[in-house]
Amino acid sequence: MRPLISVVNLSKTYEGGFTALHDISLEIREGEILALLGPNGAGKTTLISIVCGIVNPGGGSVTVDGFDIVADYRQSRERIGLVPQELTTDAFESVWNTVSFTRGLFGKAPDPDYIEQLLKDLSLWDKKDNRIMQLSGGMKRRLMIAKALSHEPRILFLDEPTAGVDVSLRQDMWGLVRRLRESGVTIILTTHYIEEAEEIADRVGVINRGRIVVVEDKVELMRKMGSKQLTLDLHDTLDQVPEALAEYGLELQNDGQQLVYTYDVHRERTGITALLGALSEAGIRFRDLKTDQSSLEDIFVNLVREQE
Amino acid sequence: MNWRGVLAIYRFEMARTFRTLFQSVVSPVISTALYFVVFGSAIGSRIQEVEGVSYGSFIVPGLIMLSLMTQSVSNASFGIYFPKFTGTIYEILSAPISYLEIAFGYVGAAATKSVMVGLIILATAGLFVPLEIAHPWWMLLFLLLTAITFSLFGFIIGIWADNFEKLQIIPLLVVTPLVFLGGSFYSVDMLPPVWQKISLLNPVMYLVSGFRWSFYELSDVTVGVSLLMICVFLGACIFLVWRIFATGYRIKT
Ligand SMILES: Nc1ncnc2c1ncn2[C@@H]1O[C@H](COP(=O)(O)OP(=O)(O)OP(=O)(O)O)[C@@H](O)[C@H]1O
Ligand SMILES: [Mg+2]
Repeated sequence: MRPLISVVNLSKTYEGGFTALHDISLEIREGEILALLGPNGAGKTTLISIVCGIVNPGGGSVTVDGFDIVADYRQSRERIGLVPQELTTDAFESVWNTVSFTRGLFGKAPDPDYIEQLLKDLSLWDKKDNRIMQLSGGMKRRLMIAKALSHEPRILFLDEPTAGVDVSLRQDMWGLVRRLRESGVTIILTTHYIEEAEEIADRVGVINRGRIVVVEDKVELMRKMGSKQLTLDLHDTLDQVPEALAEYGLELQNDGQQLVYTYDVHRERTGITALLGALSEAGIRFRDLKTDQSSLEDIFVNLVREQE
Repeated sequence: MNWRGVLAIYRFEMARTFRTLFQSVVSPVISTALYFVVFGSAIGSRIQEVEGVSYGSFIVPGLIMLSLMTQSVSNASFGIYFPKFTGTIYEILSAPISYLEIAFGYVGAAATKSVMVGLIILATAGLFVPLEIAHPWWMLLFLLLTAITFSLFGFIIGIWADNFEKLQIIPLLVVTPLVFLGGSFYSVDMLPPVWQKISLLNPVMYLVSGFRWSFYELSDVTVGVSLLMICVFLGACIFLVWRIFATGYRIKT
């Protein structure tokens, strides 16, 4: 299947010579939720801004639904809604007007029914005649989402949607994101919080220092995260894993002083009891044992550190 | 063409005007009244007539031009500078709208507003002095062309400026002096010969002269030259805007 957004060897050097993106390639699939994870200054906003037309691309190319973001900017931008990281709004406009303004800017005919529904979905209907400066921070964020959705885009970019958002609003937001996905909208969001990516994303991309470190299915990452390791300090060193224990996929470490068993905590049977039985049958004694869990966070931190 | 987008920007800017109706409309009316009191009564009582027109009537076209130019520049420059300053420009940059269309929206709104102000001043002036407009269509043509030209100029300033000081400095140091020295309140003939020559270098002089001609058929230069000059300025501004957009100058990083 053709990717909905395809980023090929994209790079960006800002005036002043700072290179924020190095040769990024990334494919975004129709209908998915992709979470972009990365520390401060990784280049997440730069990447999004280029795709949306706010920042000029350096080298490389980006296509949206087959349309080049520079040559066919009208077609590519029509398909995209953006909620930027910063809350930037016109203080004096009314909620209704600002949402209608965005729709007009994107060249769509007025559709009061659609905007009414949108504001209701975002719990902003009773504020429709208020000036933006009369809204709370959380309401402003929802308003930004309403503006981004005002022209019925097929793709929604959310740049750190949960910064400064309380727990219940966050749940509402994820509810909305899921509903949007069900209606066929492709969603790309950035976050610093790994749990968020875990909760909402189909795929996770890790970006650091302007490079994509990994892009993987969340389930795949979850499998890694869900795995635990049982390490046994052996009484006597082993040269190799005995034949009888082959089915456990054991690894020898530390010149044969340690046996490591990796298992899935989500499985009903971890196989530990059976393994311990098999070990004593094989006459392998151990002095000590410990377990470790590798979290997505560990993976993330390792990935990011490896680069430095 | 994304005409809906142009209209959205135009409407947004006009709404801003109407929100600040007092500033936009009342203040030019008050300052016009003040000019009449000061120039018309105090000075006019000594000058009395310029080429057969009472001094009070004589300065009306110049007064309108003064407001038209300063309003056009400040409306358009502020209109585009402010979203840059607050960051809301992200929305315009991410929309499927060309630079030309963006300029249409902002310049169109700024020019509309300053023409409105110009007509209000004309009406206010009518309360103080008898007015006659010999060539109303020419008058409107000059009004429109000047408003558009100076709005484009303001738009350029708004894009160029990266702080409030720069936003103010050109109108203050360039536009206002040129307008004052451009024969708004006197006929260039009244100056010593050297200054008459220097005045010929002032672009605003041609506009004021042509505009005044459309009222009283009095002019410092022939009306054709005035029209030509304004078209030259308009062309120059369009060229500059086109270059700015072609290079993305100061709009996108
Ligand atoms: N306009 C600019 N001019 C120069 N450098 C910039 C500009 N915008 C961003 N940068 C630099 O580019 C790098 C990437 O910034 P970017 O905003 O894309 O990071 P980010 O991943 O979104 O970070 P955060 O998580 O803090 O939002 C940073 O080092 C930043 O300083
Ligand atoms: Mg960012």
